[in-house]
Amino acid sequence: MAEMRMRDALREALREEMLRDETIFLMGEDIGLYGGSYAVTKGLLEEFGEARVIDTPIAESGIVGAGIGAAMGGLHPMVELMTINFSFLALDQIVNSAAKLHHMSNGQIHVPMVIRMASGGGSQLAATHSHSLEGMYAHFPGLKVVCPSNAADAKGLLKRAFRDQNTVIFIEHTANYAIKGEVPDDPDFLIEFGVANILREGTDVTIVGYGGSVHQATRAAALLEEQEEISAEVIDLRTLQPLDMDTVIASVKKTNRCVIVEDAWRFGGFGGELASQVMERAFDWLDAPVARVACKDVPLPYNRNLEFAALPSEEDVVDAVLGMFKE
Amino acid sequence: MTGISTDVLLDIHRRMVRIRTFEEEAGKLMESGKIPGALHLYVGEEAVAAGVMVHLRDTDQITSTHRGHGHLVAKGGDLKRMYAELFGRATGYCKGKGGSMHVSDLDLGMLGANGIVGAGPPIAIGAAFSNKYRGTDDVTCCFFGDGASNEGTFHEAANMAALYKLPVIFICENNGFGEFTRQERHQAIHDIADRAAGYGMPGVVVDGMDALAVYESAGEAIARARRGDGPTFLEYKTYRYFDHVGVRGMGVIYREDSEVLEWRQRDPINLMEARLAEQGLLSPEGAAEVHEAALADVREAIAFAEASPFPEPSALMEDIYTLTASAGGGA
Ligand SMILES: Cc1ncc(C[n+]2csc(CCOP(=O)(O)OP(=O)(O)O)c2C)c(N)n1
Ligand SMILES: [Mg+2]
Repeated sequence: MAEMRMRDALREALREEMLRDETIFLMGEDIGLYGGSYAVTKGLLEEFGEARVIDTPIAESGIVGAGIGAAMGGLHPMVELMTINFSFLALDQIVNSAAKLHHMSNGQIHVPMVIRMASGGGSQLAATHSHSLEGMYAHFPGLKVVCPSNAADAKGLLKRAFRDQNTVIFIEHTANYAIKGEVPDDPDFLIEFGVANILREGTDVTIVGYGGSVHQATRAAALLEEQEEISAEVIDLRTLQPLDMDTVIASVKKTNRCVIVEDAWRFGGFGGELASQVMERAFDWLDAPVARVACKDVPLPYNRNLEFAALPSEEDVVDAVLGMFKE
Repeated sequence: MTGISTDVLLDIHRRMVRIRTFEEEAGKLMESGKIPGALHLYVGEEAVAAGVMVHLRDTDQITSTHRGHGHLVAKGGDLKRMYAELFGRATGYCKGKGGSMHVSDLDLGMLGANGIVGAGPPIAIGAAFSNKYRGTDDVTCCFFGDGASNEGTFHEAANMAALYKLPVIFICENNGFGEFTRQERHQAIHDIADRAAGYGMPGVVVDGMDALAVYESAGEAIARARRGDGPTFLEYKTYRYFDHVGVRGMGVIYREDSEVLEWRQRDPINLMEARLAEQGLLSPEGAAEVHEAALADVREAIAFAEASPFPEPSALMEDIYTLTASAGGGA
């Protein structure tokens, strides 16, 4: 075990996997000489050389498409798209090829590839630079979607992503990069996909989050305990596809209440899928309708006050929980 | 400088100085934390915006980039509303919703800075199409970087522009880097203008530190577009003095300080001032006055911005959809 930030844990995962498997190579904008926009790949060019750490032109569609072809050619690419906002330019390759080729080819083609990208708002970069699209990617059958909330999970999940023969969309919330935590140094440390993490046990309400929103959920749980004597259970989904609904359902059957928190827009968001599944599987256990806390349905503005008013906060989570205990 | 009127020369100089002053002051405010977010400053590249924009009317459009302040200043943008936008104030061009990377001014044909690299070229050819369709002789100037010249969007737009003979000018600001990646590490060619031939339009390589060379090359391309003879690709070799974001441009890992100093030797404003002095068109005192006037305007703009209110909370959910009815009567 060693204490490190999430960005360092991600780098450890990349290093260890590259040492383990020579078919892994890294490709992306400014990941080599510069070390990556969020310093995740720092030092890897020096260690592994130009053949395995490749600085690319600004050409997202080209990079992802090349990753798909390289994967079909027997390699295991890691493509870094800098931020999730730029993945829109690669969407056709991701959705029409990476996600579909295996099924369409009757299982002949595999696309083992990890696409990493930073996500989330809150940095006053305005609407084009503040997306949360975890749920959008989970919508496409054929993609696995991973969104770690802490350093240890980031490492275990990223290493696990390279043991997968499918394309894994690996989404890193920018607010999480600097969060420190104890990280195992066992090179075989893996976290299985589709296993949610109960971050905090509780009896009165289940709060579900993923990626960045896990932190609003845990802060809200602490406030609820201190100020309202409400005991909240917090679940970090860790992966949206596959999705560990069993853990959520078991928790809701215990607490009888469920609040879903996400940074993404509410309308058509992943929280709606979660709410629907809770309704289908635990309707008779619910003491209140499932509540959703999400981003307001507006392109994220630059001005700080407006941006924070749009994004979900821990106070919003507390309010949602309190609303369930009224009347 | 033969054939260029004194007024135009002084105008180009003044625009360059206004850009530089605007950017240097904005950089200081970003460093001190007063302006949030990310500022991509245009210092070093002023000759391009000034030399092109001096040809344009308010009805000519431009598409800009993440590094867009210089384009709007040169097109005659209101410094007050620009600074108010950087400060996130209600009096800003976008009511504080867009910020540095998304400033626009439709009255000046400024179709927007754009946070997405390569988003501009397709939009530019569409604007050019609208000019042709409506039968005007307005043109659209599309600014983009060497880095952006590798995005598929540029290539799709360039092909269509030549195919439809659209009144658009592709203005590639080759500052040698896409973020921290040197041009020779992101494309195998040296002159990006070589690509123009592949689409069937003229491509011209120009010294982007020389405002007069910019002025002349842009003038020809713009005249050609106005005549209906189609697009031109202009590559301006230039350099960004500062870092990709913010101010620090020296002591960085991706380039040598000596390279920065070398480019600074050919500073576009100094170059212009030396020439104007040589011709007896602008004395050192006259030049100093231009700088002082620009600084006074910028300071006034900053004071205006800082005194301006933040947008009301209600502004958040406004302007998501327009409430203006379309000509056809729909909403
Ligand atoms: C589609 C997309 N990919 C990546 C980025 C991140 N990014 C912002 S500016 C930039 C470099 C652009 O280089 P260039 O076009 O040469 O413009 P310059 O910054 O040099 O003016 C990059 C990669 C982005 N904003 N949009
Ligand atoms: Mg550049």
